[in-house]
Amino acid sequence: MTRIGLAVAALIVAAVLADYVALLWGASGTDLASLAADSYLRHVIGFTILQATLSALLALLGAIPAARALARQSDFPGRQLILQFCALPMVMPSVAAIFGIVAIYGRSGYLAGLAAQLGSGWMPNIYGLTGILIAHVFFNLPLAIRLLLPAWGTVPAESWRLAAQLGMNSRQIFRLIELPLLRQYVPAAFAFVFILCFLSFAVVLTLGGGPRATTLEVAIYQALRMDFDLARGGALALLQTLICLLLVGVAWAVSRRLDFGRGVLNAGIRMDGAGRGAQLRDFATIALAIAFVALPIVALLFDGLRGLLVARFDAGPTARATLVTLALGLPSGIIATALGYAIAAAVDRLRRRRGAVMLIGAAGLSGIIASPMAIGAGITLGLTGRVDLFAIAPVGVIAMNALLTLPFATGVLLPAIARINQQYDRLCAGLGLSGWNRFRVVDWPLLRRSIGLACGLASAAAMGDLTAIALFGNPSLTNLTLLLYQQIAAYRLDSASGTALILLALCLGTFAAIERGVGFRGVS
Amino acid sequence: MASLEIRDLRFTYEDLVMRFDLDAEAGECIGVIGPSGAGKSTLLSLIGGFERPLGGTIRVDGRDITSLPPSERPVTSLFQDFNLFPHLTVADNVGLGRNPGLKLNMADREHVALALRQVGLAGFEARLPGQLSGGERQRVALARSLIRHRPLLLLDEPYAALGPALRIEMLELTDRLRKAEGLTVLLVTHDPSEATRIAGRTAFVSEGRVVLFDRTDAVLASPLPQVRQYLGG
Repeated sequence: MTRIGLAVAALIVAAVLADYVALLWGASGTDLASLAADSYLRHVIGFTILQATLSALLALLGAIPAARALARQSDFPGRQLILQFCALPMVMPSVAAIFGIVAIYGRSGYLAGLAAQLGSGWMPNIYGLTGILIAHVFFNLPLAIRLLLPAWGTVPAESWRLAAQLGMNSRQIFRLIELPLLRQYVPAAFAFVFILCFLSFAVVLTLGGGPRATTLEVAIYQALRMDFDLARGGALALLQTLICLLLVGVAWAVSRRLDFGRGVLNAGIRMDGAGRGAQLRDFATIALAIAFVALPIVALLFDGLRGLLVARFDAGPTARATLVTLALGLPSGIIATALGYAIAAAVDRLRRRRGAVMLIGAAGLSGIIASPMAIGAGITLGLTGRVDLFAIAPVGVIAMNALLTLPFATGVLLPAIARINQQYDRLCAGLGLSGWNRFRVVDWPLLRRSIGLACGLASAAAMGDLTAIALFGNPSLTNLTLLLYQQIAAYRLDSASGTALILLALCLGTFAAIERGVGFRGVS
Repeated sequence: MASLEIRDLRFTYEDLVMRFDLDAEAGECIGVIGPSGAGKSTLLSLIGGFERPLGGTIRVDGRDITSLPPSERPVTSLFQDFNLFPHLTVADNVGLGRNPGLKLNMADREHVALALRQVGLAGFEARLPGQLSGGERQRVALARSLIRHRPLLLLDEPYAALGPALRIEMLELTDRLRKAEGLTVLLVTHDPSEATRIAGRTAFVSEGRVVLFDRTDAVLASPLPQVRQYLGG
């Protein structure tokens, strides 16, 4: 297993390197001087950074008070449900969520309808920076809440008691305890959200609305698919990678650690959150954040049901797209899980071997720094003229999605495998259980729940992804995300509503089926 | 100087029903011993105001403080660890006892310096807790309790993590400060010799009750089965 894992990691690093060799090779024809003088390109870079900065700022500005309120009210019914709900935007198909956002904030959406009913002539314009920011906050506000919330858990109960004994009020607690705490967590959360928004594709393609609001990720796509300028696409992908590397480096440099240590007392109830006023403020803050995330989802469900039951509905294309979604998503999820398992098993075995850890770390890092579109551009550049891209399109989509969802699968499996190894390695060694026998008797029964979770997550993520299918798709290879994107882009919102609901149901249904199906009878 | 009077103070934690009665005279030091989970720390938490009792009263100098928030009680609690904020300097950690928003004037700073001198940490103002030893950190916490001028000091195994010699030194410092400031002290400990050293009287707590409250040597020599079982030998 260890050797397989190392081989997989080496293969991924090699594939990413080959990808960049292809990019360099393909882009070598571009005139760097003309690229530097390209004012449109400068605008695109500027806009990419601007929208990512604003998106991350807004997401964190919302997430900090919401996380603080959730931390302070650490014990109320429904709190766990809210935290689970915060994971939903991350796993739901982005284009389906975008449909929900258009249904609320779009020109003919519920907000515009409400304004008209109130007699106001105000008309929202969602296309451009506004729409991009709304969508990015929708996806990243709940993510940022989940990233920040553990910060409060690192404060020992003694500190809260001390604050109560000293008579600190809410503002003093924020200034003297929470601000130093956040200073440690916010830079990393900001960097993470920034990079996600910097590389965001589906949101910008759907809601950008034209060259005025285009990001590098979309510009690469346009160079490859619209202008057929492979060299320019390659050059943009390289440029994007460079900027991304720089940003990751900066993020690394600004994060710092502050250790409160672990308290010996049981988790203390915060006394500053117990008053009526504080409770009211906290619950209002939480409700506001939840409402912002829940509204588009509710609109999607409501419009989707209406679309399926009432409106015209293209049964043929939708049914075909559903099959394509499954045919591309499932293999991708299974491959990602298998590769993730091999890597996770190797990582746990090789914790002490520097070289191996660095190789595996490089494989993981390449999934962060190399953007999906840069990977796709490398594949396109490397294969154009050598094979029929049209014919291998399904393979391209599956491979790309497997690579992109690999971090999910590895992330789920690593802690589970580490725990099993720690508990049963000695016993297995004593009994002489190893290799396939050990996998069959020990690992599979104990890990199938985690494997089911990893495979369900990876499959659902692959099925909801727009990047690979946009790059490789064609009229005979159209899945639900691509169909939905085309319907939204053509303002056929009636058809889109049904498609969006089917896509959401299919992704969540697949996730549940795999998680339950594989994890069934698994040991918790 | 302040007396403490606890009457029928009730609290439940999981299956344990607790019911405390205890009296301390002004300026005395009382040891609190008993097995783990008997409710010693809960008793201190109730006096400090960190837990809400189901019933009963806590009086200090005759004044009922049962429903006051922690900061308004005439009490300072010292925990075994984490009495300091790791990102604040020694001076700021002590200064918090003067003003919880750290708005400190020159007079406050002088008080901080004086309190640090009293606990033997003159000149430590600018250091961070991470640069101090365990004993020094507890001295800083003691300095803060001095600057707050609360007559009742509750110590929950404050020196349990220190070595024997250092522990004796800290106990003697605590006793000196008690006499100099007229403090009434409650000391929870697992070590009978700590109680012998500074506590005139000791309360033995078992299953949520004070089952024995007498002169320390009498408690330690008691033939009561719970006491014998706890002390061993």
